[in-house]
Amino acid sequence: MPRVALSRIASARSGDKGEGSNVGVMARSKAAYDFLQRTLTTELVAEHMHGINSGAVKRYEAESLGVLNFILSDSLGGGGSASLRTDAQGKTHGLALLRLELDVPQAVLDLTPAPKGVA
Amino acid sequence: MKTAAQSTKQHVTIANGQGFWGDSMLGPVRLLAEGPLDYLTLDYLAEVTMSILQKQRARRADAGYATDFVRMIDRLAGQIVAKNVRVVANAGGVNPMACKDAVLASLRRQGIQGCKVAVVEGDDIFGRLDELLSSGEELRNMDTGALLASVRPRVSSANVYLGAFPIAEALSQGAHIVITGRGTDPGLVLGPMIHEFGWKPEQYDLLAAGTIAGHIVECGAQCTGGNYTDWREVPNMAMLGYPLIEMQAGGEFTITKHEGTGGMVTVDSVRHQLVYEMGDPMRYLGPDCCADFSSARLEQAGKDRVLVRGCKGWAPTPTYKVSISYEDGFKAVGQLTISGPDALAKARLCAQIVWQRLAYDGCKFAPEERIEEYLGANVCHAGIALPGNADPAEVVLRLGVKGQDENKVDRFGFELVPLVTSGPPGVTGFAGGRPKASEIIGFWPALVNKQRIHTKVSVFS
Repeated sequence: MPRVALSRIASARSGDKGEGSNVGVMARSKAAYDFLQRTLTTELVAEHMHGINSGAVKRYEAESLGVLNFILSDSLGGGGSASLRTDAQGKTHGLALLRLELDVPQAVLDLTPAPKGVA
Repeated sequence: MKTAAQSTKQHVTIANGQGFWGDSMLGPVRLLAEGPLDYLTLDYLAEVTMSILQKQRARRADAGYATDFVRMIDRLAGQIVAKNVRVVANAGGVNPMACKDAVLASLRRQGIQGCKVAVVEGDDIFGRLDELLSSGEELRNMDTGALLASVRPRVSSANVYLGAFPIAEALSQGAHIVITGRGTDPGLVLGPMIHEFGWKPEQYDLLAAGTIAGHIVECGAQCTGGNYTDWREVPNMAMLGYPLIEMQAGGEFTITKHEGTGGMVTVDSVRHQLVYEMGDPMRYLGPDCCADFSSARLEQAGKDRVLVRGCKGWAPTPTYKVSISYEDGFKAVGQLTISGPDALAKARLCAQIVWQRLAYDGCKFAPEERIEEYLGANVCHAGIALPGNADPAEVVLRLGVKGQDENKVDRFGFELVPLVTSGPPGVTGFAGGRPKASEIIGFWPALVNKQRIHTKVSVFS
């Protein structure tokens, strides 16, 4: 199976939610959603984001939108103005998650158009 | 200008020209110049803003609102009136009456007559906190369960997120400009819909459609190509169009933008904003309804047109969300640039030196009270391996501390700039001088029974 970055089959946007961040992952195809629904578990996300998030990870599914929505519960170094971090609002957490490398079946890649500038 | 009576339109166009406090003034300027719209909504408030405004008001009785809004009226009122556009803005902050006075004064200066300005009040419960506490409202922290009593003396603002019905009432009384204090962001666009179509409080699917539409446009250009993953695909980002909602009476709506503007409206650009700060997609709680975001069906209905339908909602909870802010200590952050060779190793040494010199002077910060960041050497994506960053040409060293003692936090600021002469070579970029302690504003999300909150709508001209 080809090993590709999550960004090949999904896009993402993130922002703050209390002392944590909300990371929405949007599959680029139905096939990609079905694959990610099985593969992109809270455990995998928690492990990949361990340098950013020290709290629990929760996942919500919205199949009709092709969306998996993750809540990283302690990822800002304190909420609101209490954070000392550069990214106090978790704006970059979506892109951080998109760097995750996954073994994706060729059949899923064939059904998922790549964005401009992504091989 | 438009008359007061409720219209019987089947279709209304609402634009959001301001996504947050500090958003570009060009939003409303361009929306008015670039094409037709019925309503212009503007969001000026964030949680931290309310506390700042409350302090401004404590110093001056006629302060405590978003002065950017008055500058917007100074510049654009003529066009707003000429084009029959009605404006809804949460610019009132903690002093909507003073905001209204400033707007009326601006209209007078410009010789504009007959423009009605409405004010929605009732969200500001800062002065009612003790009354509410003694009447049994606990205002517990929604996240921690703690009682408000633990921070009560340090509370600096308290505002209820009001719904959209008071805005609709102001519009039905003939207001051309509606000024509110704290309300939900989607409420700014839901109010005009309720007014135009006569939607009722128990029509939850319709209210959910308006709430979802409001959520999509509430961050301005974030649904038209701003902050979009595939940024290479976004045309003319400099002139990104601000979003328009074309809402139908039956709750179907189209997200679009004015012709000729930059950016794009696609299913994916709209989906990007739907997920923003979404939480549980099936339970988006608001004061007027609970909306199910997963019910929305998105469909490309033409170039830069996304049709949304099927929105479902149900009854809201019996409580309003309250945003309470309180003084939570102090922080200071400063940065220096360290050039190579060995930029990262030297930056790490600089951080050690600062902590050691502070400790020598009896000023220690626990690990959770301080931060070291090496910008350029993987700060934003910490812990995620990146190739090629072992020896960056330069690194920005960013150090910060926090704590309850203002003097101690200030003391930190004195040890940063001296590194230029008493650290490793290649330390520069100390512009801005000594970092100073600034106040940390803590947030206390709570709930209050709706029965305790009384909204008031007044119209002036």
